[in-house]
Amino acid sequence: MQHRISIDHLLCRGCNLCLEVCPKEIFQDSAVIGSGGFRLKQVVSPEKCTGCGLCELCCPGAISLDCLPDEVFATILAGRESRRTQSQSRGGWKEVKSLLQPGRYFMTGNDAIVEAALAVGCRFFSGYPITPANEILEGMARRLKEVGGKFIQAEDEIASIFMVLGASWAGLKALTATAGPGFALMQEGLSLADMAEVPCVVINVQRAGPSTGQATRPAAMDMREARYGSHGGVERIVLYPESVQEVLDLTIEAFNMAERFRTPVILLSDGYLSHLSEKVELSEHIRVYDRIYVPGKPAFGPTPDFSAPSMPRFGDGENVGVTGSTHDRFGKRATADPSVQESLVFHLDRKILEHREELTDCEELFLEDAETAVVAFGTVGRSAKWAVKEARRLGKPVGLLRPRIVYPFPSLRVRELAGAVRKFVVPEMNQGQMFHVVSEKVSREVVSLPQPNGQIIDPRRILRYLIEGVW
Amino acid sequence: MNIRELRKVYLREEKTTFCPGCGYEIFINCFLRAVEKLGKKLDDYTFTAGIGCSAWVPNNYFRADNFHTAHGRAIPAAIGLKSANPDLEVVTIGGDGDIASIGGNHLIHAIRKNVSIAVFCLNNFIYGMTGGQVGPTTPLKSKTSTTTEGNLEEPFDLVRLVLSVGGKHASRYPTSYPHLLVKGVESMLLSPGFRFMEVVSQCPRQYGLRNEIPTASSMLAWQKRHYVSKEKARALNSGKLEGRIVFGNFRSLKEYLGFLPEEE
Repeated sequence: MQHRISIDHLLCRGCNLCLEVCPKEIFQDSAVIGSGGFRLKQVVSPEKCTGCGLCELCCPGAISLDCLPDEVFATILAGRESRRTQSQSRGGWKEVKSLLQPGRYFMTGNDAIVEAALAVGCRFFSGYPITPANEILEGMARRLKEVGGKFIQAEDEIASIFMVLGASWAGLKALTATAGPGFALMQEGLSLADMAEVPCVVINVQRAGPSTGQATRPAAMDMREARYGSHGGVERIVLYPESVQEVLDLTIEAFNMAERFRTPVILLSDGYLSHLSEKVELSEHIRVYDRIYVPGKPAFGPTPDFSAPSMPRFGDGENVGVTGSTHDRFGKRATADPSVQESLVFHLDRKILEHREELTDCEELFLEDAETAVVAFGTVGRSAKWAVKEARRLGKPVGLLRPRIVYPFPSLRVRELAGAVRKFVVPEMNQGQMFHVVSEKVSREVVSLPQPNGQIIDPRRILRYLIEGVW
Repeated sequence: MNIRELRKVYLREEKTTFCPGCGYEIFINCFLRAVEKLGKKLDDYTFTAGIGCSAWVPNNYFRADNFHTAHGRAIPAAIGLKSANPDLEVVTIGGDGDIASIGGNHLIHAIRKNVSIAVFCLNNFIYGMTGGQVGPTTPLKSKTSTTTEGNLEEPFDLVRLVLSVGGKHASRYPTSYPHLLVKGVESMLLSPGFRFMEVVSQCPRQYGLRNEIPTASSMLAWQKRHYVSKEKARALNSGKLEGRIVFGNFRSLKEYLGFLPEEE
């Protein structure tokens, strides 16, 4: 049988492999030099061809051996687009029943995270042992089995976060939990999650550092890292609860936000909250948000209204290309285009910032007529609350602002307050991290009350400062 | 379909950006051919990739679900995908730096966990995209941009590495034998459990030019001198085998060690 061989000179790179691999030496250099600066190849004795196919296997698509009839190939080409398995849109708000019997429970912060995650529909966990987050890993190992989820103990935190990202693209709500040193390892994956818009939740149970520091002691030393730790540094949502009840509620919120904004959400806890046992109330119904998928819609930003783009699952037949490189709305890499890069980065920021109002969630106490505002987060906020109440009882005009959502930072609310109060006070279980954030926003006096000693701040110490001005 | 037609159907772009003579073109062709021979479509598979020239294979060109992760992290992402949805056929395509250097830990643990994924390590002996630095598989005495007087570090034998930590399916195929590579890919896509293939590929631009094998064809000829299939190797006596690397599919360390010169 005579084989039909043709060469598309536009696709030839001049690598000469066809000349080399053909056992019958059918290909030769012609006298013509093409636009690539090399001699164009020609077929000299097609009758010798045995159809072994070595030439085309080595060629970047220029050589064709025995083409199909045009009409046959046209049907094949047309058929390649029609593989979408899901033609229905999905996602949005829904209400689900609590997995546990509704009512009162007595549980630790770490257990509350496990129960909340399962309730909101998390079905994948991957993690690596680290104190003081271990009970989340162990709880997930035990409980995910019971609800048909997947648990993997990974070889390190880097693998954990990347498994979470993989699982998220497979369509599951995914969680990992760690502490300071592990959180540092996860920054690489978190940066990818920012760029590729992968919803996931990361729990960082903060402990006193730097480095191994005091592994079992509470601190709030990753307050800045949670927001700025990754290369690229786009907007992030970071939450920090004060009690086990809030741990439970905010874990549910964290998943809902991750799914709504298609972004990683960091839930900060600390060595105190993680092991604190408290009464929690479980309601019967939980409001849950599932990521939106609309068949055929582009899977990436920028979106015209700064909403999260549609997110298909792998296997939906969308043939989605997910990349951490700069990409267009269809996921195609566009790493040399400054306008694509700029609009993508602004999209990543603005899809969070445009929802700033609903992403402001602060507990406020006596701020109407306060002259001094204590700004405190998480566990410290709880100490500060007692101190502020006591100081008020003693007649001091103090108030409390405790943002449950740390980032996006409630700048508008803080600026508003700056018009009324004389002084901001920022007690922290670190050397003064959020102090800088508050200072940036206001032109009032801001005082840092640092306590990086691995102990929760004694409410009496804050009270003493509020009364006597001594830290 | 011929290869050109397969590329038109399954690649996002007909013209790729690989250097002239790049071995990854041969891998793409062989992969598409294997998928066709199995009666499958490319988008029946989902892909994960790391960073480097190898990652461009699925991410830039394969018309299928694919996840271009960070450098070395293709295997954990694949494990996440596979365990979250066991119906997915997950294929990981990485380079030698990706899989054996920065992602080396992920590789050995994936083998230990025996996750059902197919890992292709496109080994071109060098960090091509970043300019030709020494890698974990760069042969001894090879010149690279960071070993200008020759590499002094013993390279990894990836097949041996995989088998020695309990791999049950470890194969090695050079791009100079495309038909055998197609068979190897078919077996990779069909087998259960963790599967590994080292695709010995040529990088004429970064590796060849520095090491006096400056063209794709001379690199393939070099491969043919240095690599011998396990079927042929059985027929050769050990003297002739010396210095040559055996390729094929290996199921156990014992089988593979039979082809290596005895160590003192």
